[in-house]
Amino acid sequence: MIRFDHVSKDFGGSKPALSDISVEIPDGDFVFLIGPTGAGKSTLLKLIIRDLVPTEGLITVDNWDITTIPQSQIHQLRRHVRMVFQDFKLLMDRTISENIAVGMEVLGKPREEIEKGVHDVLELVELSDKSDVFPAQLSAGELQRIGIARAIVGGPKILLADEPTGNLDPETSDEIIDILKEVNKMGTTVIVVTHNATLVDKNKKRTITLKAGKLEHDEIKGKYHLTKRSHHEKEH
Amino acid sequence: MKKNTNSIWTHMRRSPYQTLAAILTMFLTFLLGGVFALTTGTSLSILRYFEGKPQLTVFFMEKAGKPEADALKITLEGTGKVASTKFVSKDDALAIYKEQNKNDPLLLEMVTADILPASLEVTAIDPRFLSELEPVIKKADGVEEVIFQKDVVDALLSWTNAIRIIGGTLAGLLAIDSLLIIMTVIGLKIAMKKEEIEILKLIGATQWYIRKPFVIEGGIYGIVGAFFAWLIMTILLLVFRSSLLSFLGAIPVIHALLVNPLSSVFLLSAFAFLGILCITGFLLGAIGSLITLARYIKF
Repeated sequence: MIRFDHVSKDFGGSKPALSDISVEIPDGDFVFLIGPTGAGKSTLLKLIIRDLVPTEGLITVDNWDITTIPQSQIHQLRRHVRMVFQDFKLLMDRTISENIAVGMEVLGKPREEIEKGVHDVLELVELSDKSDVFPAQLSAGELQRIGIARAIVGGPKILLADEPTGNLDPETSDEIIDILKEVNKMGTTVIVVTHNATLVDKNKKRTITLKAGKLEHDEIKGKYHLTKRSHHEKEH
Repeated sequence: MKKNTNSIWTHMRRSPYQTLAAILTMFLTFLLGGVFALTTGTSLSILRYFEGKPQLTVFFMEKAGKPEADALKITLEGTGKVASTKFVSKDDALAIYKEQNKNDPLLLEMVTADILPASLEVTAIDPRFLSELEPVIKKADGVEEVIFQKDVVDALLSWTNAIRIIGGTLAGLLAIDSLLIIMTVIGLKIAMKKEEIEILKLIGATQWYIRKPFVIEGGIYGIVGAFFAWLIMTILLLVFRSSLLSFLGAIPVIHALLVNPLSSVFLLSAFAFLGILCITGFLLGAIGSLITLARYIKF
Protein backbone atom coordinates (compact mmCIF):
# COMPACT_ATOMS: atom_id res chain seq x y z
CA MET A 1 0.00 0.00 0.00
CA ILE A 2 1.24 3.44 -1.01
CA ARG A 3 -0.36 6.34 0.82
CA PHE A 4 0.10 10.07 0.15
CA ASP A 5 -1.44 12.26 2.84
CA HIS A 6 -1.60 15.98 1.95
CA VAL A 7 1.82 15.82 0.33
CA SER A 8 3.50 18.88 -1.18
CA LYS A 9 6.91 19.26 -2.73
CA ASP A 10 8.37 22.67 -3.32
CA PHE A 11 11.71 23.17 -5.08
CA GLY A 12 11.66 26.89 -4.35
CA GLY A 13 10.22 27.94 -7.74
CA SER A 14 7.18 30.11 -8.37
CA LYS A 15 4.84 27.11 -7.98
CA PRO A 16 5.27 23.90 -5.98
CA ALA A 17 5.99 20.75 -8.01
CA LEU A 18 3.27 18.94 -6.05
CA SER A 19 0.56 20.53 -3.97
CA ASP A 20 -1.60 18.85 -1.32
CA ILE A 21 -1.72 15.40 -2.92
CA SER A 22 -3.71 12.73 -1.07
CA VAL A 23 -4.02 9.35 -2.72
CA GLU A 24 -3.95 5.65 -1.81
CA ILE A 25 -2.73 2.84 -4.05
CA PRO A 26 -3.52 -0.58 -2.61
CA ASP A 27 -1.39 -3.70 -3.11
CA GLY A 28 -1.71 -5.30 -6.54
CA ASP A 29 -3.13 -2.20 -8.24
CA PHE A 30 -2.24 -1.15 -11.79
CA VAL A 31 -2.22 2.63 -12.17
CA PHE A 32 -1.56 4.98 -15.06
CA LEU A 33 -0.20 8.32 -13.89
CA ILE A 34 -0.78 10.95 -16.51
CA GLY A 35 -0.39 14.67 -16.86
CA PRO A 36 1.32 17.29 -18.99
CA THR A 37 5.04 17.90 -18.77
CA GLY A 38 5.86 19.57 -15.45
CA ALA A 39 2.70 18.27 -13.76
CA GLY A 40 4.74 16.53 -11.06
CA LYS A 41 4.52 12.88 -12.20
CA SER A 42 8.26 12.11 -11.96
CA THR A 43 8.46 14.03 -8.68
CA LEU A 44 5.75 11.77 -7.30
CA LEU A 45 7.68 8.64 -8.32
CA LYS A 46 10.93 10.02 -6.86
CA LEU A 47 9.14 10.65 -3.58
CA ILE A 48 8.01 7.00 -3.47
CA ILE A 49 11.59 5.71 -3.82
CA ARG A 50 12.84 8.41 -1.43
CA ASP A 51 14.98 10.07 -4.08
CA LEU A 52 13.26 13.23 -2.85
CA VAL A 53 11.77 14.21 0.51
CA PRO A 54 8.35 15.91 0.69
CA THR A 55 8.17 19.51 1.88
CA GLU A 56 4.89 18.78 3.63
CA GLY A 57 2.66 15.80 4.31
CA LEU A 58 3.16 12.14 4.97
CA ILE A 59 4.07 9.30 2.59
CA THR A 60 3.94 5.66 3.63
CA VAL A 61 5.04 2.75 1.46
CA ASP A 62 3.99 -0.47 3.16
CA ASN A 63 5.77 -0.26 6.54
CA TRP A 64 8.10 2.61 5.62
CA ASP A 65 7.42 6.20 6.51
CA ILE A 66 9.23 7.98 3.68
CA THR A 67 9.55 11.21 5.62
CA THR A 68 11.43 9.61 8.48
CA ILE A 69 13.13 6.56 6.93
CA PRO A 70 16.80 6.46 8.04
CA GLN A 71 19.52 6.65 5.38
CA SER A 72 20.64 3.16 6.31
CA GLN A 73 17.26 1.68 5.27
CA ILE A 74 16.75 3.43 1.94
CA HIS A 75 18.37 0.56 0.04
CA GLN A 76 15.84 -1.82 1.58
CA LEU A 77 12.97 0.38 0.41
CA ARG A 78 14.46 0.44 -3.10
CA ARG A 79 14.67 -3.35 -3.20
CA HIS A 80 10.96 -3.35 -2.38
CA VAL A 81 10.09 -0.60 -4.88
CA ARG A 82 11.92 -0.96 -8.19
CA MET A 83 11.86 1.44 -11.11
CA VAL A 84 11.88 1.28 -14.92
CA PHE A 85 13.23 4.33 -16.74
CA GLN A 86 12.47 5.95 -20.08
CA ASP A 87 16.19 5.98 -20.91
CA PHE A 88 16.57 2.36 -19.65
CA LYS A 89 19.61 3.12 -17.42
CA LEU A 90 21.44 -0.08 -18.31
CA LEU A 91 25.15 -0.68 -17.71
CA MET A 92 26.57 -0.49 -21.20
CA ASP A 93 29.76 -2.43 -20.43
CA ARG A 94 27.90 -5.47 -19.12
CA THR A 95 25.99 -8.14 -20.98
CA ILE A 96 22.22 -8.42 -20.76
CA SER A 97 22.36 -11.27 -18.24
CA GLU A 98 24.91 -9.34 -16.15
CA ASN A 99 22.67 -6.25 -16.22
CA ILE A 100 19.76 -8.28 -14.92
CA ALA A 101 21.90 -10.17 -12.43
CA VAL A 102 22.87 -6.85 -10.78
CA GLY A 103 19.26 -6.57 -9.67
CA MET A 104 19.74 -9.73 -7.57
CA GLU A 105 23.40 -9.30 -6.68
CA VAL A 106 22.54 -6.19 -4.70
CA LEU A 107 20.17 -8.38 -2.69
CA GLY A 108 23.08 -10.67 -1.81
CA LYS A 109 21.49 -13.75 -3.44
CA PRO A 110 23.62 -16.84 -4.11
CA ARG A 111 24.97 -17.45 -7.62
CA GLU A 112 22.60 -20.37 -8.42
CA GLU A 113 19.54 -18.36 -7.40
CA ILE A 114 20.72 -15.40 -9.48
CA GLU A 115 21.22 -17.59 -12.56
CA LYS A 116 17.74 -19.07 -12.18
CA GLY A 117 16.20 -15.62 -11.58
CA VAL A 118 17.90 -14.17 -14.68
CA HIS A 119 16.79 -17.14 -16.77
CA ASP A 120 13.16 -16.81 -15.60
CA VAL A 121 12.82 -13.07 -16.23
CA LEU A 122 14.51 -13.36 -19.62
CA GLU A 123 11.84 -15.90 -20.54
CA LEU A 124 9.13 -13.57 -19.27
CA VAL A 125 10.37 -10.70 -21.47
CA GLU A 126 11.03 -13.17 -24.32
CA LEU A 127 14.71 -12.36 -24.69
CA SER A 128 16.34 -15.61 -23.58
CA ASP A 129 18.42 -15.71 -26.76
CA LYS A 130 19.99 -12.32 -26.01
CA SER A 131 21.48 -13.09 -22.61
CA ASP A 132 25.12 -12.76 -23.71
CA VAL A 133 24.89 -9.69 -25.92
CA PHE A 134 25.62 -6.12 -24.87
CA PRO A 135 22.98 -3.35 -24.65
CA ALA A 136 24.43 -1.56 -27.69
CA GLN A 137 23.39 -4.55 -29.80
CA LEU A 138 19.69 -4.30 -28.89
CA SER A 139 16.75 -2.20 -30.14
CA ALA A 140 14.99 0.36 -27.89
CA GLY A 141 12.08 -2.02 -27.30
CA GLU A 142 14.43 -4.82 -26.30
CA LEU A 143 16.37 -2.49 -24.01
CA GLN A 144 13.16 -1.52 -22.25
CA ARG A 145 12.28 -5.19 -21.75
CA ILE A 146 15.70 -5.66 -20.16
CA GLY A 147 15.03 -2.62 -17.95
CA ILE A 148 11.80 -4.28 -16.80
CA ALA A 149 13.56 -7.63 -16.34
CA ARG A 150 16.19 -6.05 -14.10
CA ALA A 151 13.50 -4.26 -12.09
CA ILE A 152 11.41 -7.37 -11.43
CA VAL A 153 14.17 -9.94 -10.99
CA GLY A 154 14.35 -9.59 -7.21
CA GLY A 155 10.57 -9.87 -6.87
CA PRO A 156 9.73 -6.30 -5.80
CA LYS A 157 6.28 -5.55 -4.33
CA ILE A 158 5.97 -2.29 -6.27
CA LEU A 159 7.13 -1.42 -9.79
CA LEU A 160 7.32 2.20 -10.95
CA ALA A 161 7.68 2.81 -14.67
CA ASP A 162 8.64 6.36 -15.67
CA GLU A 163 7.48 6.78 -19.26
CA PRO A 164 8.58 3.28 -20.26
CA THR A 165 7.10 3.66 -23.74
CA GLY A 166 8.34 7.20 -24.33
CA ASN A 167 10.91 6.15 -26.93
CA LEU A 168 8.97 3.32 -28.52
CA ASP A 169 6.66 2.80 -31.48
CA PRO A 170 2.96 1.93 -30.80
CA GLU A 171 3.36 -1.81 -31.36
CA THR A 172 6.40 -2.10 -29.06
CA SER A 173 4.62 0.12 -26.52
CA ASP A 174 1.73 -2.36 -26.45
CA GLU A 175 4.21 -5.20 -25.85
CA ILE A 176 5.81 -3.34 -22.96
CA ILE A 177 2.42 -2.64 -21.34
CA ASP A 178 1.52 -6.32 -21.81
CA ILE A 179 4.68 -7.31 -19.91
CA LEU A 180 3.84 -4.84 -17.15
CA LYS A 181 0.31 -6.25 -16.93
CA GLU A 182 1.81 -9.72 -16.69
CA VAL A 183 4.03 -8.54 -13.81
CA ASN A 184 0.94 -7.00 -12.18
CA LYS A 185 -0.91 -10.32 -12.46
CA MET A 186 1.87 -11.89 -10.39
CA GLY A 187 0.88 -9.56 -7.52
CA THR A 188 3.19 -6.60 -8.04
CA THR A 189 1.71 -3.11 -7.76
CA VAL A 190 2.50 -1.27 -11.01
CA ILE A 191 2.46 2.50 -11.55
CA VAL A 192 3.08 3.67 -15.11
CA VAL A 193 3.76 7.28 -15.98
CA THR A 194 2.80 7.89 -19.60
CA HIS A 195 1.78 10.44 -22.20
CA ASN A 196 0.40 7.75 -24.46
CA ALA A 197 -3.37 8.37 -24.62
CA THR A 198 -4.03 5.28 -26.72
CA LEU A 199 -2.44 3.00 -24.17
CA VAL A 200 -4.41 4.53 -21.31
CA ASP A 201 -7.72 4.46 -23.13
CA LYS A 202 -7.21 0.93 -24.45
CA ASN A 203 -6.25 -0.68 -21.14
CA LYS A 204 -8.97 0.83 -18.94
CA LYS A 205 -6.96 0.78 -15.73
CA ARG A 206 -7.06 3.13 -12.76
CA THR A 207 -5.84 6.51 -13.97
CA ILE A 208 -4.53 9.35 -11.81
CA THR A 209 -4.24 12.68 -13.55
CA LEU A 210 -1.96 15.42 -12.28
CA LYS A 211 -2.05 18.97 -13.53
CA ALA A 212 0.24 21.78 -12.32
CA GLY A 213 1.19 19.72 -9.29
CA LYS A 214 -2.42 19.05 -8.24
CA LEU A 215 -4.54 15.92 -8.36
CA GLU A 216 -7.05 16.51 -11.17
CA HIS A 217 -8.74 13.09 -11.57
CA ASP A 218 -8.52 9.66 -9.98
CA GLU A 219 -10.71 7.15 -11.84
CA ILE A 220 -11.03 3.37 -11.51
CA LYS A 221 -11.24 2.73 -15.27
CA GLY A 222 -9.92 6.01 -16.41
CA LYS A 223 -9.31 7.73 -19.70
CA TYR A 224 -6.68 10.07 -20.97
CA HIS A 225 -8.29 13.40 -20.06
CA LEU A 226 -5.67 15.73 -21.36
CA THR A 227 -6.59 17.15 -24.73
CA LYS A 228 -3.90 17.95 -27.24
CA ARG A 229 -4.63 21.63 -26.58
CA SER A 230 -4.16 21.50 -22.84
CA HIS A 231 -0.99 19.48 -23.23
CA HIS A 232 0.33 21.99 -25.74
CA GLU A 233 -0.60 24.95 -23.51
CA LYS A 234 1.23 23.48 -20.57
CA GLU A 235 4.39 22.88 -22.53
CA HIS A 236 4.48 26.48 -23.72
CA MET B 1 34.01 -12.47 -5.99
CA LYS B 2 35.21 -13.37 -9.49
CA LYS B 3 32.94 -10.69 -10.93
CA ASN B 4 34.32 -8.16 -8.44
CA THR B 5 37.90 -9.08 -9.35
CA ASN B 6 37.14 -8.79 -13.07
CA SER B 7 35.43 -5.48 -12.53
CA ILE B 8 38.35 -4.09 -10.51
CA TRP B 9 40.86 -5.34 -13.10
CA THR B 10 38.78 -3.65 -15.83
CA HIS B 11 38.77 -0.37 -13.84
CA MET B 12 42.56 -0.51 -13.58
CA ARG B 13 43.18 -1.56 -17.17
CA ARG B 14 41.00 1.18 -18.63
CA SER B 15 42.98 3.97 -16.98
CA PRO B 16 46.57 2.67 -17.11
CA TYR B 17 48.30 6.00 -16.42
CA GLN B 18 46.30 6.63 -13.25
CA THR B 19 46.94 3.07 -12.14
CA LEU B 20 50.66 3.43 -12.81
CA ALA B 21 50.84 6.76 -10.94
CA ALA B 22 49.09 5.27 -7.92
CA ILE B 23 51.28 2.15 -7.85
CA LEU B 24 54.51 4.09 -8.44
CA THR B 25 53.77 6.51 -5.60
CA MET B 26 52.97 3.62 -3.29
CA PHE B 27 56.16 1.88 -4.42
CA LEU B 28 58.31 4.93 -3.60
CA THR B 29 56.61 5.39 -0.24
CA PHE B 30 57.22 1.80 0.77
CA LEU B 31 60.74 1.70 -0.66
CA LEU B 32 61.79 4.75 1.33
CA GLY B 33 59.75 3.75 4.40
CA GLY B 34 61.13 0.21 4.23
CA VAL B 35 64.75 1.33 3.84
CA PHE B 36 64.42 3.65 6.82
CA ALA B 37 62.68 0.96 8.86
CA LEU B 38 65.50 -1.49 8.10
CA THR B 39 68.16 1.14 8.85
CA THR B 40 66.50 2.03 12.13
CA GLY B 41 66.18 -1.65 13.01
CA THR B 42 69.86 -2.24 12.26
CA SER B 43 70.90 0.81 14.29
CA LEU B 44 68.83 -0.42 17.22
CA SER B 45 70.50 -3.85 16.98
CA ILE B 46 73.93 -2.22 16.99
CA LEU B 47 72.86 -0.05 19.90
CA ARG B 48 71.63 -3.03 21.89
CA TYR B 49 74.86 -4.88 21.11
CA PHE B 50 76.97 -2.06 22.51
CA GLU B 51 74.66 -1.57 25.47
CA GLY B 52 75.19 -5.23 26.34
CA LYS B 53 78.96 -4.73 26.34
CA PRO B 54 80.94 -3.68 29.47
CA GLN B 55 80.42 -0.01 30.07
CA LEU B 56 84.07 0.74 30.61
CA THR B 57 87.31 -0.94 29.51
CA VAL B 58 90.62 -0.29 31.28
CA PHE B 59 93.70 -1.04 29.17
CA PHE B 60 96.97 -1.69 31.04
CA MET B 61 100.52 -0.75 30.09
CA GLU B 62 102.66 -3.33 28.30
CA LYS B 63 104.47 -4.46 31.47
CA ALA B 64 101.36 -4.46 33.65
CA GLY B 65 99.01 -7.42 33.95
CA LYS B 66 97.04 -9.55 36.42
CA PRO B 67 98.49 -8.12 39.70
CA GLU B 68 97.63 -4.52 38.70
CA ALA B 69 94.21 -5.62 37.51
CA ASP B 70 93.52 -7.48 40.78
CA ALA B 71 94.56 -4.42 42.79
CA LEU B 72 92.28 -2.17 40.73
CA LYS B 73 89.46 -4.68 41.04
CA ILE B 74 89.70 -4.57 44.86
CA THR B 75 89.80 -0.75 44.83
CA LEU B 76 86.76 -0.54 42.54
CA GLU B 77 84.75 -3.09 44.52
CA GLY B 78 85.52 -1.01 47.60
CA THR B 79 83.60 1.95 46.13
CA GLY B 80 80.37 -0.13 46.12
CA LYS B 81 79.53 1.27 42.68
CA VAL B 82 80.69 -1.63 40.53
CA ALA B 83 78.41 -4.45 39.46
CA SER B 84 81.04 -6.70 37.87
CA THR B 85 84.56 -6.85 36.49
CA LYS B 86 86.29 -9.21 34.06
CA PHE B 87 90.03 -9.50 33.48
CA VAL B 88 91.16 -10.09 29.88
CA SER B 89 94.81 -11.22 29.76
CA LYS B 90 97.17 -10.66 26.81
CA ASP B 91 96.58 -14.29 25.76
CA ASP B 92 92.80 -13.85 25.99
CA ALA B 93 93.10 -10.68 23.92
CA LEU B 94 95.08 -12.59 21.28
CA ALA B 95 92.46 -15.34 21.22
CA ILE B 96 89.69 -12.78 20.72
CA TYR B 97 91.71 -11.04 18.00
CA LYS B 98 92.30 -14.36 16.22
CA GLU B 99 88.62 -15.25 16.38
CA GLN B 100 87.59 -11.87 14.98
CA ASN B 101 90.10 -12.09 12.11
CA LYS B 102 90.13 -15.79 11.42
CA ASN B 103 89.23 -15.21 7.76
CA ASP B 104 92.11 -12.82 7.18
CA PRO B 105 95.47 -14.63 7.72
CA LEU B 106 97.41 -11.51 6.77
CA LEU B 107 96.18 -9.73 9.88
CA LEU B 108 97.17 -12.67 12.07
CA GLU B 109 100.71 -13.09 10.82
CA MET B 110 102.51 -10.34 12.73
CA VAL B 111 100.42 -10.27 15.89
CA THR B 112 101.55 -11.90 19.14
CA ALA B 113 100.18 -11.73 22.67
CA ASP B 114 102.97 -9.32 23.69
CA ILE B 115 101.73 -6.42 21.58
CA LEU B 116 98.14 -6.67 22.81
CA PRO B 117 97.33 -5.00 26.13
CA ALA B 118 95.68 -6.77 29.05
CA SER B 119 92.44 -5.14 30.09
CA LEU B 120 89.75 -5.03 32.77
CA GLU B 121 86.12 -4.76 31.69
CA VAL B 122 84.03 -2.91 34.25
CA THR B 123 80.24 -2.66 34.55
CA ALA B 124 78.89 -0.09 37.02
CA ILE B 125 75.72 -0.57 39.08
CA ASP B 126 74.43 2.58 37.43
CA PRO B 127 76.00 4.20 34.32
CA ARG B 128 75.96 7.54 36.21
CA PHE B 129 78.70 6.16 38.50
CA LEU B 130 81.12 5.81 35.57
CA SER B 131 82.33 9.42 35.76
CA GLU B 132 83.00 8.96 39.49
CA LEU B 133 84.94 5.75 38.82
CA GLU B 134 87.11 7.28 36.10
CA PRO B 135 89.50 9.30 38.40
CA VAL B 136 89.88 6.27 40.68
CA ILE B 137 90.88 4.11 37.70
CA LYS B 138 93.22 6.68 36.20
CA LYS B 139 95.10 6.96 39.53
CA ALA B 140 95.69 3.19 39.66
CA ASP B 141 99.07 1.62 38.81
CA GLY B 142 99.76 0.39 35.27
CA VAL B 143 96.66 1.95 33.66
CA GLU B 144 97.31 3.26 30.14
CA GLU B 145 93.85 4.10 28.73
CA VAL B 146 90.18 4.07 29.75
CA ILE B 147 87.49 3.63 27.07
CA PHE B 148 83.87 4.39 27.79
CA GLN B 149 81.33 2.37 25.75
CA LYS B 150 78.96 5.14 26.75
CA ASP B 151 80.56 7.43 24.16
CA VAL B 152 79.97 4.87 21.43
CA VAL B 153 76.42 4.22 22.64
CA ASP B 154 75.63 7.95 22.82
CA ALA B 155 76.93 8.52 19.29
CA LEU B 156 74.90 5.59 18.00
CA LEU B 157 71.83 6.73 19.87
CA SER B 158 72.00 10.18 18.33
CA TRP B 159 72.44 8.63 14.87
CA THR B 160 69.53 6.26 15.41
CA ASN B 161 67.33 9.11 16.59
CA ALA B 162 68.31 11.22 13.59
CA ILE B 163 67.56 8.36 11.19
CA ARG B 164 64.25 7.76 12.94
CA ILE B 165 63.20 11.42 12.76
CA ILE B 166 64.37 12.10 9.19
CA GLY B 167 63.16 8.72 7.89
CA GLY B 168 59.88 8.92 9.75
CA THR B 169 59.20 12.44 8.49
CA LEU B 170 60.03 11.57 4.88
CA ALA B 171 58.04 8.32 4.99
CA GLY B 172 55.14 10.20 6.62
CA LEU B 173 55.19 12.87 3.92
CA LEU B 174 55.30 10.22 1.21
CA ALA B 175 52.45 8.36 2.88
CA ILE B 176 50.36 11.56 2.80
CA ASP B 177 51.36 12.00 -0.86
CA SER B 178 50.29 8.42 -1.61
CA LEU B 179 47.00 8.99 0.16
CA LEU B 180 46.33 12.11 -1.92
CA ILE B 181 47.24 10.33 -5.18
CA ILE B 182 44.95 7.42 -4.30
CA MET B 183 42.18 9.88 -3.44
CA THR B 184 42.64 11.66 -6.79
CA VAL B 185 42.71 8.42 -8.79
CA ILE B 186 39.67 6.96 -7.02
CA GLY B 187 37.89 10.32 -7.34
CA LEU B 188 38.40 10.17 -11.12
CA LYS B 189 37.16 6.58 -11.24
CA ILE B 190 34.05 7.57 -9.28
CA ALA B 191 33.40 10.40 -11.74
CA MET B 192 33.80 7.95 -14.65
CA LYS B 193 31.30 5.57 -13.08
CA LYS B 194 28.86 8.17 -11.80
CA GLU B 195 25.96 6.85 -13.86
CA GLU B 196 26.56 3.27 -12.83
CA ILE B 197 26.67 4.33 -9.18
CA GLU B 198 23.36 6.18 -9.60
CA ILE B 199 21.78 3.09 -11.16
CA LEU B 200 23.04 0.85 -8.38
CA LYS B 201 21.67 3.23 -5.75
CA LEU B 202 18.25 3.24 -7.44
CA ILE B 203 18.00 -0.55 -7.53
CA GLY B 204 18.76 -0.89 -3.84
CA ALA B 205 22.50 -1.52 -3.60
CA THR B 206 23.93 -0.98 -0.15
CA GLN B 207 26.63 1.63 0.40
CA TRP B 208 29.17 -1.16 0.90
CA TYR B 209 28.15 -2.95 -2.33
CA ILE B 210 28.91 0.26 -4.26
CA ARG B 211 32.03 1.15 -2.30
CA LYS B 212 33.66 -2.28 -2.09
CA PRO B 213 35.24 -2.37 -5.61
CA PHE B 214 36.79 1.09 -5.08
CA VAL B 215 38.11 0.18 -1.63
CA ILE B 216 39.65 -3.05 -2.96
CA GLU B 217 41.11 -1.18 -5.93
CA GLY B 218 42.83 1.32 -3.59
CA GLY B 219 44.04 -1.60 -1.47
CA ILE B 220 45.46 -3.35 -4.55
CA TYR B 221 47.48 -0.24 -5.46
CA GLY B 222 48.95 -0.35 -1.95
CA ILE B 223 49.71 -4.08 -2.04
CA VAL B 224 51.33 -3.96 -5.50
CA GLY B 225 53.44 -0.90 -4.56
CA ALA B 226 54.50 -2.52 -1.29
CA PHE B 227 55.35 -5.82 -3.00
CA PHE B 228 57.68 -4.21 -5.54
CA ALA B 229 59.34 -2.12 -2.82
CA TRP B 230 59.94 -5.33 -0.84
CA LEU B 231 61.30 -7.08 -3.92
CA ILE B 232 63.82 -4.31 -4.61
CA MET B 233 64.89 -4.16 -0.94
CA THR B 234 65.33 -7.94 -0.78
CA ILE B 235 67.40 -7.98 -3.97
CA LEU B 236 69.60 -5.14 -2.66
CA LEU B 237 70.04 -6.93 0.66
CA LEU B 238 71.15 -10.11 -1.13
CA VAL B 239 73.49 -8.22 -3.44
CA PHE B 240 75.19 -6.40 -0.54
CA ARG B 241 74.99 -9.33 1.89
CA SER B 242 78.74 -10.02 2.01
CA SER B 243 79.63 -6.35 2.55
CA LEU B 244 77.04 -6.04 5.29
CA LEU B 245 78.29 -9.22 6.95
CA SER B 246 81.91 -8.07 6.99
CA PHE B 247 80.88 -4.67 8.36
CA LEU B 248 78.17 -5.67 10.84
CA GLY B 249 78.71 -9.42 11.19
CA ALA B 250 79.86 -9.08 14.80
CA ILE B 251 76.31 -8.24 15.81
CA PRO B 252 74.60 -11.57 16.48
CA VAL B 253 71.12 -10.63 15.17
CA ILE B 254 72.49 -9.34 11.89
CA HIS B 255 74.85 -12.27 11.54
CA ALA B 256 72.07 -14.81 12.12
CA LEU B 257 69.87 -13.03 9.61
CA LEU B 258 72.33 -12.61 6.77
CA VAL B 259 74.69 -15.53 7.09
CA ASN B 260 72.51 -17.82 4.96
CA PRO B 261 69.82 -16.38 2.67
CA LEU B 262 68.17 -19.80 2.46
CA SER B 263 67.92 -20.20 6.24
CA SER B 264 64.52 -20.24 7.88
CA VAL B 265 65.48 -17.12 9.86
CA PHE B 266 66.10 -15.09 6.71
CA LEU B 267 63.08 -16.47 4.83
CA LEU B 268 60.70 -16.01 7.77
CA SER B 269 61.95 -12.47 8.40
CA ALA B 270 61.72 -11.56 4.71
CA PHE B 271 58.16 -12.86 4.36
CA ALA B 272 57.07 -11.32 7.67
CA PHE B 273 58.42 -7.99 6.39
CA LEU B 274 56.52 -8.52 3.13
CA GLY B 275 53.35 -9.23 5.11
CA ILE B 276 53.72 -6.07 7.19
CA LEU B 277 54.39 -3.95 4.09
CA CYS B 278 51.42 -5.42 2.19
CA ILE B 279 49.00 -5.01 5.09
CA THR B 280 50.13 -1.41 5.58
CA GLY B 281 49.85 -0.86 1.81
CA PHE B 282 46.33 -2.27 1.68
CA LEU B 283 45.24 -0.15 4.64
CA LEU B 284 46.78 3.01 3.17
CA GLY B 285 45.08 2.44 -0.21
CA ALA B 286 41.77 1.41 1.31
CA ILE B 287 41.69 4.39 3.69
CA GLY B 288 42.44 6.75 0.78
CA SER B 289 39.53 5.23 -1.15
CA LEU B 290 37.17 5.38 1.81
CA ILE B 291 37.90 9.08 2.39
CA THR B 292 37.13 9.81 -1.28
CA LEU B 293 34.01 7.65 -1.28
CA ALA B 294 32.67 9.42 1.81
CA ARG B 295 33.19 12.70 -0.02
CA TYR B 296 31.67 11.77 -3.39
CA ILE B 297 29.12 9.00 -2.82
CA LYS B 298 26.26 10.07 -0.63
CA PHE B 299 22.93 8.36 -0.19
